Amino acid sequence: MSPEAVHTYSPALAHQFDDAGQQKEAATLGMWVFLVTEVLFFGGLFVTYLVYRNWYPGAFTAASHEMIVWAGTTNTFVLITSSLTMALAVHAAQLGNRRLLMTFLIITMALGCVFLGIKAFEYYSEYVEHHVPGMGFQFEAEHFQHAQLFFSLYFMMTGLHALHMIIGLGIMSVMLWWSYRGVITPEYTNPIEISGLYWHFVDIVWIFLFPLLYLIGRHVHG
Amino acid sequence: MWSGTPLFPEQASTMAARVDNLYFFLLAVAAFFTVLIAGLIVYYAFRYRRRAPDEIGVHIHGGLALELTWTIVPALITVVMFVWGSSVFFAQQRPPDETVNIYVVGKQWMWKFQHLDGQREIDELHVPVGRAVKLIMTSEDVIHDVFVPAFRVKADVLPGRYTTIWFQATKPGRYHLFCAEYCGTRHSGMTGEVIVMEPAEYQAWLSGGTGEGSLASAGEKLFADLACNTCHRPDSQGRGPVLDGLFGKTVTMQNGENVVFDEAYIRESILTPTAKVVAGFQPIMPTFQGLVSEEQLLQLIEYVKSLRSQTEVPTARPATPGPATGENTPVKK
Amino acid sequence: MSSTVLLPPRHYLNDGYGIRSWLLTRDHKRIALLYLAAITFFFFVGGAFAVMIRLELTTPIGDFVSDETYNKLFTMHGVMMVFFFLVPSIPATLGNFLIPLMIGAKDLAFPKLNLLSWYIYILGGFFTLYALISGGVDTGWTFYTPFSTVSSTTNVIPTALGIFITGFSSILTGLNFIVTIHRMRAPGLTWFRMPLFLWSLYATSLIFVLGTPVIAITMLLVAVERIFHFGFFDPRLGGDPVLFQHLFWFYSHPAVYIMVLPAMGVVSEIVPAYCRKRIFGYPFVAFASVAIAVLGFLVWGHHLFVAGESPYAAMIFSALSFMVAIPSAVKVFNWTATMYKGSISWDTPMLYAIGFIGLFTIGGLTGLFLATLPIDVHVTDTYFVIAHFHYIMVGGAIMGYMGGLHYWWPKISGRLYNEFLAKISAGIIFLGFNLTFFPQFVLGYLGMPRRYHAYPPEFQVLNVLSSAGASILGVGYLIPLCYLLWSLRYGLVAGSNPIGAVGLEWMTTSPPPTENFLETPIVTWEAYQYDQPMETHVA
Repeated sequence: MSPEAVHTYSPALAHQFDDAGQQKEAATLGMWVFLVTEVLFFGGLFVTYLVYRNWYPGAFTAASHEMIVWAGTTNTFVLITSSLTMALAVHAAQLGNRRLLMTFLIITMALGCVFLGIKAFEYYSEYVEHHVPGMGFQFEAEHFQHAQLFFSLYFMMTGLHALHMIIGLGIMSVMLWWSYRGVITPEYTNPIEISGLYWHFVDIVWIFLFPLLYLIGRHVHG
Repeated sequence: MWSGTPLFPEQASTMAARVDNLYFFLLAVAAFFTVLIAGLIVYYAFRYRRRAPDEIGVHIHGGLALELTWTIVPALITVVMFVWGSSVFFAQQRPPDETVNIYVVGKQWMWKFQHLDGQREIDELHVPVGRAVKLIMTSEDVIHDVFVPAFRVKADVLPGRYTTIWFQATKPGRYHLFCAEYCGTRHSGMTGEVIVMEPAEYQAWLSGGTGEGSLASAGEKLFADLACNTCHRPDSQGRGPVLDGLFGKTVTMQNGENVVFDEAYIRESILTPTAKVVAGFQPIMPTFQGLVSEEQLLQLIEYVKSLRSQTEVPTARPATPGPATGENTPVKK
Repeated sequence: MSSTVLLPPRHYLNDGYGIRSWLLTRDHKRIALLYLAAITFFFFVGGAFAVMIRLELTTPIGDFVSDETYNKLFTMHGVMMVFFFLVPSIPATLGNFLIPLMIGAKDLAFPKLNLLSWYIYILGGFFTLYALISGGVDTGWTFYTPFSTVSSTTNVIPTALGIFITGFSSILTGLNFIVTIHRMRAPGLTWFRMPLFLWSLYATSLIFVLGTPVIAITMLLVAVERIFHFGFFDPRLGGDPVLFQHLFWFYSHPAVYIMVLPAMGVVSEIVPAYCRKRIFGYPFVAFASVAIAVLGFLVWGHHLFVAGESPYAAMIFSALSFMVAIPSAVKVFNWTATMYKGSISWDTPMLYAIGFIGLFTIGGLTGLFLATLPIDVHVTDTYFVIAHFHYIMVGGAIMGYMGGLHYWWPKISGRLYNEFLAKISAGIIFLGFNLTFFPQFVLGYLGMPRRYHAYPPEFQVLNVLSSAGASILGVGYLIPLCYLLWSLRYGLVAGSNPIGAVGLEWMTTSPPPTENFLETPIVTWEAYQYDQPMETHVA
């Protein structure tokens, strides 16, 4: 074979791949593997939570009752909706509808910002209520010590989650830019698809966080 | 140079020989496989050394039978190790019913030993030969570990919890005691000695005590000083549960959980009383965290243990396996 | 070798000069060399600490350094060696270099992520070096709480953060390897035709990806606990110090398989090449690698046998720990059987491989002692454990690494090293190693605890033997540094396949061109097919 053997490159094909199909499969597998690492990463915190909830059910229930349920519930719906709009964005990309793609990306990002805004409000409220460990934490005497554990876990878990949301917004900004510039075409939807995977993952983490943090013992009335 | 260089530790406890026999079995297995493999690879390296520049090896076809054999045979050997090891381990974990109990408090970087009758020691532990001794241990700060090589016994000493080991010394003498969990600057200085004495000498040593009185009597005084006795009365008039005769029993909590009334539960109830409240009582006991030291906790525990029931308690269920009680307070059935 | 062999005119080392072409490279081979330089640096730093430790231990009293300094020495030795040398060593150097070559690809799946992983590693290294230079850290590489979170007065936070950051380097490397091996194998290269080195690295990458995130969050929790005193591991605040141990060892036990599996993979390459025959029991060796990775995640509790774990949990972990030894034994038997009726060369890589097999066998067998509960009760936290893991890490993993470095040195550099000096060094390392660590088994059973700055005088003779061995071992490691570097300039030119080995990496020039192969190869042969001539379709 002559050294100048011609390969058909599409502009988005990286040199190490033989063809676009291989590149897409590699990128998708890569994102799934990355998400598995994220499950393990959050997993350490979930294990810690499970241990202490098991040890101090009373304190955890009392602390969970102090959570702002309407805020958490709203945020849950906000995130689920944003996953819907994200999926619609991917669909639009596959259809080649650039305007629709950009619209759905913007709505997804807006919903993400709403989530973060509500979260910020919650954090501020918790600060005012003296529920931030290390910053004048106050709680009823009976559960003081262990409620502090709950709130520490709450801030770490939701904080880590929020950080992932912010990174997600960054990724979406890049996707929005690429959509605007026409980089995303029906032949090259992979970046949107794997960004979607990441966004759905961040949503799913919240689906687990919400009942574990906000809804302990709330089925019991009175 | 070689005199004074032991190559094997003394056996000075009833368990030591059992552990060593298991060890010798493993040594034999290890030596066998080491000699086999090392011997084969060295032998092959010589026997099949390349003789000509373009010589190649002979392709030998592998077989499932051979692979299964050298998988299953080692597996069976490990099963033997596991079963033998587990049986010795269970003996190590289960102290006899009658033990001489001694409390141990570790702190950076010293060991405090408290005998029940009030003798206190620092870094030295006197024990009688031929009697089972149980150490009930806790730490005041970080994780430490009590290790007596001659007895083949070791356990971590944790803050906020009690851990136990037991041994029965077989030879009088002085044996190293090491801290075996890294605990900071003077970890390697946190050593001591276990001094095993003949029974008569041990009694003599015990009675030459400091006269502080037993742990339980110190605890009785503390019980009154801290006003525990205003709520925990021997009759049922107090706002707290009657503690007499309760040690070692299983008690039902407010949330339906059953808890064994042992050293750990007593300690927890003094430090975080609302964690597990006995059914039928209000969560009004104040916390004594910061008001009692680890040693005072031990005194209170020993006092509570010593309380006999004022009335027969026929319906209380005996405890499921928990720490064995001291020699002076048999569990009421 | 014929002196008329020439270096190829174009190869990855002369494809662009200057610091930018190296620091901004996306070529996996150059990134491998960037890693090689960095990990060699950390190896010698960690090694210097080891020398100081062994110097102190020649006498029973603490007379060489203060106890604070000693505690920092063994901590930093552990941190450097585990996180900055052993974990990345073979995967990030030999793995990065060889995986695309062995599968017939032009590069890994994500070359930019590969470069990023190196920078993350360097950043983590800086944090840890900063911690070292500005006073050190004295918690032990295991960071047990509450000492590390409450009591220690040293630079715990930068060290914990350094490890946290470097963890992401491992994660990205593992991710890259998994995707590459799954998706970029050349046509005809089925899973069971792959060199076993790739199976080992694949199994290692599974551990990278599943285990490392847990140490990351654990180190983050330590740093957070130390700063904010949340109480996760502090019993005074309701926390559990043993929870830390579970989280820590959930990664750190599989981590030891990260350290040894790649070395096993190297041995699986060297033995067929230097016996000129197919490996015995290929599928069993391949499956054993995966079995080790999977079982390795189930045994962490054997580090907690005396830590307050329930006896029932201890029994389960003991049983599983015995199980994880079996696939390693299977590998040892298969390597030995491969040597039977081989045509065995005594070149340096084979000497290292033989050394690995013998020393890993001893190290692995002593693991059985630790799995046996009553024996572990006696020897845990003593020098027995230290001897055990050094037999595997140094007698095993580092010998595997040295063997691999020597085996593929001609491919990486295009040059041959001085075989005589190399053999001598291998011998010195073998002797020095055994003299250093065998007495430690005896010391451990006698009861000498680990992390002890001073010890009872009756332990001195064995300690002196061990320290003498360490000085020999140190010399043994310095010699290859010299002759390998020397060969870069003055070594004989190697040619594409100096020993006639079978494998895709030997079917391209030494050093290889940047794109590895001019044409994607098509593989029609089995691994290590020494017994049949092969048709090659590689330019």
